Amino acid sequence: MGEPLLRMEGITKLFPGAKALDNVTFSVLPGEIHALVGENGAGKSTLMNVLSGIYPFGSYEGEIFYEGEACRFGRIKDSEKKGIVIIHQELALVPYMTIGENMFLGNEQGGAARINWDATYNKAAEYLKIVGLSESPHTLIKDIGVGKQQLVEIAKALAKNVRLLILDEPTASLNEDDSQNLLKLLLKFKSEGMTSILISHKLHEVEQVADSITILRDGATIETLVKGRDDITEPRIIKGMVGREISDRYPKRESNIGGVTLEVKDWTVYHPLYIGRKVCDKVNISVRKGEVVGISGLMGAGRTELAMSVFGGSYGADISGELFLNGKPIQLKSIRSAIANKLAYVTEDRKNDGLVLSQTLRVNTTLANLQRTSRFGWIIDKDQEVRFGGEYKERLGVKAASIEQHADNLSGGNQQKLLLAKWMFAEPDILILDEPTRGIDVGAKYEIYNIINELVAQEKSVLLISSDMPELLGMCDRIYIMNEGKIVGELSREEASQEVIMAAILQSSKGA
Amino acid sequence: MNRVTKFLSKNAMLVVLVLVLLFFEVLISLKNSTPLFLGNGSLLQPANLTNLIRQNGYVVILATGMLMCILTGGNIDLSVGSIVILVGAFSGFMMVNWHWNPYLSILLCLMIATLLGAWQAFWIAYVRIPPFVTTLAGMLVYRGLALVLMDSKGISPYPEEFINLFNSFIPNTTDPGAILGVSLIIGVAICALLIVTKIMSRLSKKRKGYAMESLPLMLVKTIVICAIILFVAWRLGQNKGIPVLLVLLGAVVFIYTYYTQNTVPGRYLYAMGGNEKAARLSGVNTKKMMFFAYTNMGFLAGIAAMVSVARFNQASTVAGTGYEMDAIGSCFVGGASAYGGIGTVGGAVIGAIFFGVLNMGMSIMGTNASLQDVIKGLVLLAAVIFDVLSKSRKQAA
Repeated sequence: MGEPLLRMEGITKLFPGAKALDNVTFSVLPGEIHALVGENGAGKSTLMNVLSGIYPFGSYEGEIFYEGEACRFGRIKDSEKKGIVIIHQELALVPYMTIGENMFLGNEQGGAARINWDATYNKAAEYLKIVGLSESPHTLIKDIGVGKQQLVEIAKALAKNVRLLILDEPTASLNEDDSQNLLKLLLKFKSEGMTSILISHKLHEVEQVADSITILRDGATIETLVKGRDDITEPRIIKGMVGREISDRYPKRESNIGGVTLEVKDWTVYHPLYIGRKVCDKVNISVRKGEVVGISGLMGAGRTELAMSVFGGSYGADISGELFLNGKPIQLKSIRSAIANKLAYVTEDRKNDGLVLSQTLRVNTTLANLQRTSRFGWIIDKDQEVRFGGEYKERLGVKAASIEQHADNLSGGNQQKLLLAKWMFAEPDILILDEPTRGIDVGAKYEIYNIINELVAQEKSVLLISSDMPELLGMCDRIYIMNEGKIVGELSREEASQEVIMAAILQSSKGA
Repeated sequence: MNRVTKFLSKNAMLVVLVLVLLFFEVLISLKNSTPLFLGNGSLLQPANLTNLIRQNGYVVILATGMLMCILTGGNIDLSVGSIVILVGAFSGFMMVNWHWNPYLSILLCLMIATLLGAWQAFWIAYVRIPPFVTTLAGMLVYRGLALVLMDSKGISPYPEEFINLFNSFIPNTTDPGAILGVSLIIGVAICALLIVTKIMSRLSKKRKGYAMESLPLMLVKTIVICAIILFVAWRLGQNKGIPVLLVLLGAVVFIYTYYTQNTVPGRYLYAMGGNEKAARLSGVNTKKMMFFAYTNMGFLAGIAAMVSVARFNQASTVAGTGYEMDAIGSCFVGGASAYGGIGTVGGAVIGAIFFGVLNMGMSIMGTNASLQDVIKGLVLLAAVIFDVLSKSRKQAA
């Protein structure tokens, strides 16, 4: 076997409160398609960001060798100069610019004083031909579909003289035809000698094109499978991805489940911007009193969108379907009415959607239900507010100097607890927790699990959305599996296992 | 020591205001070789104090309204000066040309002002047209409309009854003894009211077992505030008495301070400016809040128009130009964040007084008028730089 094109050795990357990568080793041979697989949060994207210089040298430990030479990239331009180009899952195209302008954005043709538009559009047309896209380079990005946009991204990479192409979930938002086109293109590039790294959840695609597969789990390299040497079938890959034992990371609880509190029937939601794109498709779910129900699925499966559309229509357009609260049909037209009907949605993005970071713990705690601490419904009783602030801070164990401390000075775990405090202050009966333990350390996670158990002990219902499968298996009485806007499975605690969930997701992706 | 620095950083603008006041006092007393504070020409001289209030009354009112807009997310209203001119024109037609009853006219003018504000508020809140653009259009349209209606000429004179409503003093006599006596009595009464409410709130906290402010701190604060009130009452009493305008300003400041600090919608303004998405997901009707802020701005611009017209005894085609900048400047100097969510009515008032003192001090010193603008511009920039830097340092910590 020849010298690897790329070798990453002993890469360790720390985030505040979490180890994203732990001594990862990863090498790619010239001219191969190397797949990188793993669950959400396994560290795939982080590893690629280290490689491309998004996390500059010095912010991680370890060494990168490219063509046998040690590389220390300070920024993306440095890695692009070497021909390493990454195409992110979220496309980085400017909608109101033409294909040609986008293709040479940051790589403009001509001198600094004058862009040579003739060269730009002629070259753009050439590259479009290579990727097999029959569009004029003068077309605006917003006027072409996602599949074609993905091809423009690839053409853009080619324009940078790419030698190592990294694709992060390139087919996540593509339909089957477009996906197949893209994979064929990759194989064509391979025959012309290009090397690529493919990050994908769609294991059948990986099986189809990859020469070797590296599996990451919890920020560590588990194994590398090589086509022809190892078994690279889907079940084998899944085993590598999830093969971990569940210890008692989850506090025990006695389940005491009552009647159905929330029921969602035939729930269909359309994307607010892209007309005609279904985000949730005839979803049926229910939650009972004292029950923790999980929703499993990959990123972009529509879980957050489902939760938010139920929560007073805070997401989506043309929402249709029926909602039942305690058996009675109900319409929640606004977030306010959702809160009044004892629903709470604890967002996955505590910084951007959850907390008012410039305000104090006290202000954040009471925001969702200010009426509770007000006279006549609109004059805030500040003395009482101070007392409530202290009470909820204690109850949820938020570590802060005082309730007058600003929320932006709290650690991630404490912010998450504050966010929970805020919604518990609203006194809901049904809580939708969206990724409540994302990006926080193990200790804080455990405390949050305890809070969840306490909530259901008080006969509340919890809907837990999480990408952390062991967490769902450890915490839930029942798990729904969601994929591409549809519920594709429902498992009881006894039936559920990571393999079954993964298989259900992959099964449904294949069918699409 | 820690407590002192904390107080200083929290009340930085107040400290700067006091320093600027002292600075001018020293300069003026040196120039005229008069005793500090009490000499002729001092800013705190009775006639000057009265003028300070008369000249800057409109800024205080507009800054209060502007603060609501800024709180929603750093949004500003460029049209307030033009609303002042246009509403002033309407008042001129009603009271001067048509001889309508002043009270009825004021009521109608305030309604018109509110409608002018609501028109813009609708586009901003419900159609999501950027406030800068909407109010820039409003600024052009309203001023242009006023000039067309007035045929580019001022309207005067106003009826005595209307002028007195804003420009008279309490008590309304010329007997110096009575003026001083009544002014001091009012000053003492306000102090007594303040002390009683402080004690009541303290007792209620004690009864419910809530945390209380430390006693010495509360005493010092109360004594300082009372001393200032009594000093102002005494000085005003030596001139013509307490201006009715000051009572109006006091009412506006009190109402909006209470609104922002103690009511649920007031809290929503702050939450929305701090993080609009989080506020929306907490059940805050952000569109409604936005609509309120800009409609209210129109209403307050209407009050400012009445004050302005009464001061000049004329509906002028120019008095109003640039008022929006005075108001915006006052808010930012007073500690409002250019990103929204941070700022107080009290701060905006301090900002307005600050600019007033700066203007008057420089006028008394005979500073070149163009140079005055240079200084004011630099002060505004310095205030916002201070705000941004203090925030970025906090984030780094």
